[in-house]
Amino acid sequence: MMAALTVAIVVQRNLFAVVVLAGIYSFLMATVLVALDAVDVAMTEASVGAGISTVLLLAALYLTRGDEAKPMHRPMLPLAVAIVVGAALVYGTLGLPAFSDPQAPIHTHVVPRYLGESLKETGVPNVVTSVLASYRGYDTLGETTVVFTAGAGVIALLRRLRRREDARE
Amino acid sequence: MRRDLVLRVVAKLMIPFVLLFALYVQFHGDFGPGGGFQAGVIIAAAVIFYAIVFGLPAARRLMPEWVVESMVSIGVLVYGGVGVAGLLLGGHYLDYFVLAHDPVHGQERGIFWVEVGVAITVSGVMLTIFYMFAARRRDQDEA
Repeated sequence: MMAALTVAIVVQRNLFAVVVLAGIYSFLMATVLVALDAVDVAMTEASVGAGISTVLLLAALYLTRGDEAKPMHRPMLPLAVAIVVGAALVYGTLGLPAFSDPQAPIHTHVVPRYLGESLKETGVPNVVTSVLASYRGYDTLGETTVVFTAGAGVIALLRRLRRREDARE
Repeated sequence: MRRDLVLRVVAKLMIPFVLLFALYVQFHGDFGPGGGFQAGVIIAAAVIFYAIVFGLPAARRLMPEWVVESMVSIGVLVYGGVGVAGLLLGGHYLDYFVLAHDPVHGQERGIFWVEVGVAITVSGVMLTIFYMFAARRRDQDEA
């Protein structure tokens, strides 16, 4: 079903339909993540992917035309690059340990300590929260800075544009 | 959409619950799914909903642009401030054990403030992007 949606997004020329299909795709992705027991990620996917980005894309769509322009030439080279890279990635997954293999390196390195000691060390029952905010606090600080930089970039780009228009009047 | 009675009433009914849910996601994130990122996005969604139904000027009165833009940096400052507080109390940067007499309590306190910082920055950035896009539309209409 998600593959059919992806093909529909690529083929569809009406950008409004593309935005709505992308929102549906995000919701399906969220249900997949719930099925994988990653509730926190599913929640983020549903609120950010299906909620806010749909609204922002629709807002951007209002500023532009609703139809995708016809490509100037047939995109054969990008298609070939995408197929080769995709095949290489699929080939790479063959080397990964089997799904939910208890002996996989990811389950034997730091995870037992996080799962076993998190409640004792941080007093927070949700391990995702304690890993995110405490054990991996630097990573989350970096992520917050990335979000901050995105906001600052938007302000810098669009603010200057508006002032220039004022000067022209 | 400003004169649509049904939408206005439903929006007024729903927005308090959306905000309450955002606070629940924020402060219950220690026990269930959720946390600063999700809560920040839900808060921003509530304000964007308000802006769509009642118009951008009403939303700007509710959340002026300078408030939203300072939220962008205040969140990062809160996050970094937790780290500096750990330094001042004699620990490492972003070391929460020293924030309270009991190390576990210190961890809880550190995680709480870090999540607050994340929520403030995320909702500020989302609202900033929305305001900027919406303002461009208005500029184009005037031109």
